[in-house]
Amino acid sequence: MSASTAPSLPSILADFTGDRGRLMDVVLAVQHRLGHVSDEAVRAIALKLGMHAVEVEDMVSFYAFLDRESRGRNRIRLSKTPISRMKGAKAVARAFEDQLGISLGETTPDGMFTLEWTSDIGMADQEPAALINGVVLTELTPGDVPQIIAALRGAGGEVPAYPPHAAQTLLLPCQKVRPSLVQPGPLLSGPLGNADGINAGLALTPDKVIEQITNSKLRGRGGAGFLTGMKWRLTRKAVGEDHYVVCNADEGEPGTFKDRVLLSEFPDLVFDGMTVAGYALGARNGLVYLRGEYAYLWDSLQEVLNTRRGAGLLGANICGREGFDFDIRIQLGAGAYICGEESSLIESLEGKRGAPRDRPPFPTERGYLKQPTAVDNVESFVCAARIMAKGADWFKSYGTAESTGTKLMSVSGDCARPGVYEVPFGITVNELLDLVGAADAEFVQISGPSGQAIAPRDFGRQIAYEDLSTGGSTMIFGPGRDVLDVAMQFADFFVDESCGWCTPCRVGTTLLKQGMENIIAGRATLADITATESLANTVVRMSRCGLGQTAPNPILTTMRSFPEAYEARLRPEPFVSRVDMRDALREASSIQGREPVSAEA
Amino acid sequence: MEAETFHLTVDGVEIEAHAGQSIIEACDAAGIYIPRLCHHPELEPSGNCRVCTCKINGRNGSACVTPAMRGMVVENNTPQLTKDRQTLIEMLFVEGNHPCPYCVASGDCELQALGYRLGMKAPTLPYQWPRRKIDATHPDVYLDHDRCILCSRCIRASRMEDGKTIFGFEGRGIKMHLNIDAEGGLGETQMAAIDKAARVCPVACIVIKRDSYKIPNGERRFDKSPIGSDIEARRGKS
Repeated sequence: MSASTAPSLPSILADFTGDRGRLMDVVLAVQHRLGHVSDEAVRAIALKLGMHAVEVEDMVSFYAFLDRESRGRNRIRLSKTPISRMKGAKAVARAFEDQLGISLGETTPDGMFTLEWTSDIGMADQEPAALINGVVLTELTPGDVPQIIAALRGAGGEVPAYPPHAAQTLLLPCQKVRPSLVQPGPLLSGPLGNADGINAGLALTPDKVIEQITNSKLRGRGGAGFLTGMKWRLTRKAVGEDHYVVCNADEGEPGTFKDRVLLSEFPDLVFDGMTVAGYALGARNGLVYLRGEYAYLWDSLQEVLNTRRGAGLLGANICGREGFDFDIRIQLGAGAYICGEESSLIESLEGKRGAPRDRPPFPTERGYLKQPTAVDNVESFVCAARIMAKGADWFKSYGTAESTGTKLMSVSGDCARPGVYEVPFGITVNELLDLVGAADAEFVQISGPSGQAIAPRDFGRQIAYEDLSTGGSTMIFGPGRDVLDVAMQFADFFVDESCGWCTPCRVGTTLLKQGMENIIAGRATLADITATESLANTVVRMSRCGLGQTAPNPILTTMRSFPEAYEARLRPEPFVSRVDMRDALREASSIQGREPVSAEA
Repeated sequence: MEAETFHLTVDGVEIEAHAGQSIIEACDAAGIYIPRLCHHPELEPSGNCRVCTCKINGRNGSACVTPAMRGMVVENNTPQLTKDRQTLIEMLFVEGNHPCPYCVASGDCELQALGYRLGMKAPTLPYQWPRRKIDATHPDVYLDHDRCILCSRCIRASRMEDGKTIFGFEGRGIKMHLNIDAEGGLGETQMAAIDKAARVCPVACIVIKRDSYKIPNGERRFDKSPIGSDIEARRGKS
């Protein structure tokens, strides 16, 4: 970008106070107006916020969407998941490469384009998908690529707005997001009401609100299944200067996109739920941690918040209740799966690298800014709003005894009707497969890579916390799909997304991926496979947070569900050396000009 | 002021602890050694290495960051934990470049000493052979990144003890590495050889120049007795 049109660093920084807790907003502003966070910018930011440069670098270098080096003016990020791959992402990627004359990961010499892979962008039902300058393009084909590039070139390299503003954004071919909700259930159908949940909540005392949530037996919809009522009670009880309600909208688990649906089509229900929580916990502030991949929802969400402020649903004396003040701020993330883990999310909210915290203390006791904080999934807040409006018994009339209510399932892969389905807990995998048109499924990845791969013999099992616990991601693989290749792609995902803080996850994810490469290449003996399994179990037992503890699941669960796939690639020998003697000695031999006297073959 | 005291059980032995102590601190005081690498008694714990992972009330957790509680049941010295800890040590050996026979820290290196104590013979995991640099820009201290095990001791010491914040992490995942607060190397920072940060490195990543062979090989800390012996010598004395 030419120096004359580039905004100056001081003018960008002038928009911010010296609050280092808002480092994320500062670096995002610099990133998106100058294209990267240069050494000069790091120094200026450090000075502005009273930090050391090394601390700013520590944070900036952590996030996939922040760059320390100058990259292309237009950022083309292609979604890299097993689903995008089976829908043709590789051919689309090749078309981009051909059109731009660069390889993935590179920038064109004129500085106009950078082309790269990115982790799942929450579009599994509309792959191959891409984020171009923060805008989503879906169902791409190689044939679309020339027009997309032409349109971007035609825009003349203006600095793209960020978060992308609907009014300013250049319209690109394939820039469309199909409504993903295929089957709404009791949660998402019926009149939305005008803050019914909040009004019902305000008719009760905060303790009674928590009691009602507790009676509903609502459990966290992110997949972990912690009882929401208990979380709220612990947070309310904890002593602090302030209490915080945090909505985890960092929907990063590959294959899930139901939170995108809720945030784009039911934002009022989400904010109702957060406001109810604010009332119940005695919190004045709510935060939505919105993943960087969903930045294109920024404008519409801000608009909803403004409308709510105007309608007295946010701000002071909400719904006329004297003294009930609550507002919501949206914090944008910058590309890090780990930030879906609640303690990492809090670190990121505080403007730091998203490394998880050790517990205890739990966030309910010491969370955001060391204050009691309840972090709940987007869907959990929607459930809470409905429970307040319709009652705990209504909620409990769906689902099983242990898993009450319904669950939003994000379904993708080899099926006739991918999308979001609201189903009661207790539904079997077979029933779900029938619903989505996937009669010939050969394996199903439940709850994303951190969940489990199951074989047809397990399709009679139930979607429920007491059986197959899930955050909703459901990836279906039909005949002819290679289960080990999928496991390998997931292993690769965890290499990209491990935060690096602790040894087992940082080193283990890379070693496991190498182990899988060996197995897939047919180089592994039984001893090698056993060693990979043993290593995987160590990573599960020793890792600090949920990411590391579940990162080996793609390997461990495919070993359990599809042992025959591993056996088919087995080398029969009891031992194959990792070192090939001839290869190892080749350089020495060429220098010496002779072969060793006795080299083991 | 007397802190509240209580008891917990470690491998079947009842020990006394007081409020505010972590499990590892309580065990250190009682003469029970829990293997550890990133933990340093004079620094805030950070839970990077996970070597001190114990089974705490039935669940795995790191002893350095878990507060000791009344009635807690801790398993430390079990075959499973020893094997898992050994694997972690192996991971660190193959992640960096650790040529013990000609390393300045040999015999004084906590990584090497833990390898011996936990029964590691040679790493069975594949070496990663990363290419890392030496930073010799400082007159009195050099950084050999080959040896860094990302324990964060120097980061914590520099920030909290020295008040300098010379060190930090950069990058994430397997690409994460130690970074310093200057573009031109350690020589451009306020680092001094007397800093706490220069003296807490468990391996030979941060090395004080002209100081390395004052104690010859064979005469060093862990040449004489296994790592943790000093802690175990306290057993029954308190």
